Amino acid sequence: MDYSLVIALEMVRAVAWLVLLASGLAIIFGMMRIINFAHGEFLMLGGYTVVISARHGVNEWFAMLVLAPIVVGIFGVLVERLVIQRLYGRILDSLLATWGLSMLMIGGVTMIFGNSVTGVATPLGGMSIGDYQVPRYNFVLIFAAIALLVAIWAALKFTKAGLIARATMQNPDMSEALGIPTRWVYMATFGIGSAVTGFAGALLAPMTGVVPTMGVNFIAQSFITVITGGASVIAGTLTAAGLLGSISQGMTFLAGPVYGDAALLLAALVLLRLLPQGITGRIFKKSL
Amino acid sequence: MTKLSRRNFLRSTGMAGAATLATPLVARAQTDTIKIGGLHDLSGALDAVGVPMNQVFKLAIDEINEAGGLLGKMVEPVIYDPQSNMSLYSQYATQLALKDRVDVVMGGITSASRETIRPIFHRYNTFYFYNTQYEGGVCDRNEITLGTTPAQTVARLIPYGMNLYGKKVYTIAADYNYGHITAAWVKRYVEENGGEVIETEFFPLDVSQFGATVSKIQGAKPDFVLSALVGTSHMGFYRQWAAAGMKSEIPVMSTVLGAGGSDQLILTAEEGNGITASFGYFEEIDNPTNKAFLEKVAAAYPDKDWVMSEISEVTYEAVRMWADAVADAGTTERDPLLEVLTSGKTYDMPAGKVKIDPKTHHAIRDVYIAELQDQVFEIKEAFPDSPPADTQMVCDLVENPDSNKHFEISL
Amino acid sequence: MEKPVTRDPGFYVMVAIGLAVMFAAPLMLDLFTIMQITQYVVLSVFALSLGYIWGFGGILSFGQAAFFGLGAYTFAVASINMGSTTIPMVLAFIIPTIFGVLLGYFMFYGRLSDVYLGVVTLVVALIFWKLINHTAGPEYSIGSARLGGFNGIPSIPTLHIPGDPTAWLDPGQMFQVFMGFLIVIYIALRFLIASDFGRVSIGIRENETRASLLGYDVRKQKVVVFAIGGGIAGIAGAMWATYQAFIDPNSVSMEMSAKALVWVMAGGVGTLVGPIIGCILLQWLTLQLGTVDVVNSIAVLGAIMMILVLALPRGIVPTVRSLMLGGYFLWKRNHGTTIPGKAVKE
Repeated sequence: MDYSLVIALEMVRAVAWLVLLASGLAIIFGMMRIINFAHGEFLMLGGYTVVISARHGVNEWFAMLVLAPIVVGIFGVLVERLVIQRLYGRILDSLLATWGLSMLMIGGVTMIFGNSVTGVATPLGGMSIGDYQVPRYNFVLIFAAIALLVAIWAALKFTKAGLIARATMQNPDMSEALGIPTRWVYMATFGIGSAVTGFAGALLAPMTGVVPTMGVNFIAQSFITVITGGASVIAGTLTAAGLLGSISQGMTFLAGPVYGDAALLLAALVLLRLLPQGITGRIFKKSL
Repeated sequence: MTKLSRRNFLRSTGMAGAATLATPLVARAQTDTIKIGGLHDLSGALDAVGVPMNQVFKLAIDEINEAGGLLGKMVEPVIYDPQSNMSLYSQYATQLALKDRVDVVMGGITSASRETIRPIFHRYNTFYFYNTQYEGGVCDRNEITLGTTPAQTVARLIPYGMNLYGKKVYTIAADYNYGHITAAWVKRYVEENGGEVIETEFFPLDVSQFGATVSKIQGAKPDFVLSALVGTSHMGFYRQWAAAGMKSEIPVMSTVLGAGGSDQLILTAEEGNGITASFGYFEEIDNPTNKAFLEKVAAAYPDKDWVMSEISEVTYEAVRMWADAVADAGTTERDPLLEVLTSGKTYDMPAGKVKIDPKTHHAIRDVYIAELQDQVFEIKEAFPDSPPADTQMVCDLVENPDSNKHFEISL
Repeated sequence: MEKPVTRDPGFYVMVAIGLAVMFAAPLMLDLFTIMQITQYVVLSVFALSLGYIWGFGGILSFGQAAFFGLGAYTFAVASINMGSTTIPMVLAFIIPTIFGVLLGYFMFYGRLSDVYLGVVTLVVALIFWKLINHTAGPEYSIGSARLGGFNGIPSIPTLHIPGDPTAWLDPGQMFQVFMGFLIVIYIALRFLIASDFGRVSIGIRENETRASLLGYDVRKQKVVVFAIGGGIAGIAGAMWATYQAFIDPNSVSMEMSAKALVWVMAGGVGTLVGPIIGCILLQWLTLQLGTVDVVNSIAVLGAIMMILVLALPRGIVPTVRSLMLGGYFLWKRNHGTTIPGKAVKE
């Protein structure tokens, strides 16, 4: 009984983690049809922000919740101005340019901070569920994922900026004709997407620590989640993360991590074959 | 077996062709420096390990040159960065052997990289030192292997742990050659000491989330966990283990943690405290050679962000021992050097006494068990003159000098 | 590509350069340099495989390394078991081709396109990579070949003269044989592209709907193109395995797939020479960067890639070609507009 509860919790945590991981990429891809291949390095940057500022005495929670999104968000805006804006409509060029950016960031961070930076300990400690101990931090992840989705939904649904964003997403030419400065919308979108990714990286840092190459392991996972989800940011990310996360974590418990990862990939393959435009390309079409 | 040796024979005849093609170049290689090749990953996934090795490597060479060089010549390092990429290893190895015509090469970190470059150096008769702790079993006259093997470390660590904690062991290991072989040794030593391995789990090198395993281990209730996890992604295990509050419940021992000189810094003190490991070198070793060595390193690299670990110290040993042999033999030719090195001479190194076993070309050396406290390993026990018993089971270079193989020791 | 291959002077120039290098290089260069160039030759074949399906079939594969690795592992396992390399070389073409047909059928008959297609190929390569990395234990053997997981398969036999397994090729001969492969594959692709089949492929690339309304079976056509590309990548993999004498999961990695993309992109999509030039240039650069231990090689390589995309969006060969053909004016007019093969239609 306790064990199944622990497994269930782990599965929810895995889903929450995929949501956090993929949301930033989904915002950028859903809105701008740009694939940010440096996504993993944006995560890494978020993680470094937390670790470095915590070492300089900044409160850990403040660094995770406020500082990391701001730093990575600003970095994102810079990248958009310097690189991405020259590449709109050229999905592949943007992919290659951001791939170059990812290598540059790995090398750059290594040169600045070195290879080994002491991480921050996972806050909050453990708690028991029956005979089992689990990190309390798991609940932080789950709560953060829910809060993030709610925030994106509310922003898109109820604010003027959200309306503009949705219009641009549906028909950029028409929005431009109606006087919406799409270039600014894109810049803001890229910045917000980056900030969300920085936030995810900040939450990841206390669990895994930070090294310059840590992003590489996440890019494929996030990419697959976003594409499987399809164009809609919230419904797509949520359904794809839900399906892929629970399948892979379930398999990890049953047969070990290799089969967990393989199951995630196979599930994505089957989903894409059945729904060639992603889940929200066919189902939940009207959702956000 | 006959089939295999026939193939080896054919291969070597095939290579004779390559050797003929290379001969005119050999004649050209009359230079006024002695060249020593270094192949350590300075960028990419393994740079945290490769950079310290390379710095110590350069320091050792500087030391030789400050003392006037070797045989009246300066020693010139030829350093390449394989960027944690096996294809580049193979290319730079060829470059060192054929183009730069170095007298000796040090380097290679993972077993995969060693098995990539070792046959190349063997083929072109370029003397080669491999300075990393590894799973044991290399049998090649052209290679000197100075790092520790499981029979030196795991064999000590297991009984130590079983005495302290109990007889039920849960093994978690990296899913590749090293992890599998180490896990097999763990099982053997646990059973020899009357214990039981209740579960062995393997993790791909890119896994960084261990939530499922942390729960599984709790379900299995072992007396201690033995980790042969490798690489930066796997550091996540120690963090998530601590985060679940398991540190005070089940102790953890590791065959790898601390090997590269940065693991203990990446973990915070609370996360790392109490983890036990066994290597051929720790900074804590109390002898005058080590003290002088550490002072020199601190003076040369005041900003270093790593701790001296076995594989860096062994790199230093390798350069010093090679230089000593060159001075002794009066040449850089491989065979006279091998004669000196395997003559039973004992070298006084920061790690303690080191000598080379003529049968395996591996080191017979002092081995230590230490426990991590506040990011520093505190030595608990020392085992002088530990032989590479595992490799000795399969390899005898005195009998079969032409052996050129990485045996996978079957238990 | 409109005029027949036999009337294009560029074709003859390329083949002549290829043949000249093939015969002159072993006489003029030292062993080490020959071995270096051999590497470029092998990887150029790999670059060609992607250059063909992308530039002349409009199929963008993010997982071309799946075929490269499949060919490499097929060759390794078969040659270690057989002790000969001739049949394994053929198998390294056939098995990836068959796999290409199956995967192509799965994708194109499922009407997958653009990014989604890219992701499926990426996922397939990743599955390969995961599974092959998991084969470290001794239970994963095929015949006498251990798959070896992350460490890979060592001691892969060197190529020999067909029929005589004792006649190993020395590095100079191996270079000539591989160069021969490259030239043959280049010629074959040129003729294929200029054939009716090739024109239909290009038609599909330009406008899929129009091609299918004209009565062409778009899906079948794409499957065939994709499978041919897979087969060529497989041969490249086999060449890589025998050249290096070892093979490891890196050959199936995302990095390997991405490298091929970059070579084609840098050299120019829609040409066959472009991918070769892009491959040689970037591989050479990677190698040179590793000889300097002052700066971080990976950072420099990344910066160069970004600059390349921003400064030469059409790739090296098309840019140089239009410079040479139409002079500065033409270049200026075309500059900034993307060529159709490059932009993926949404």
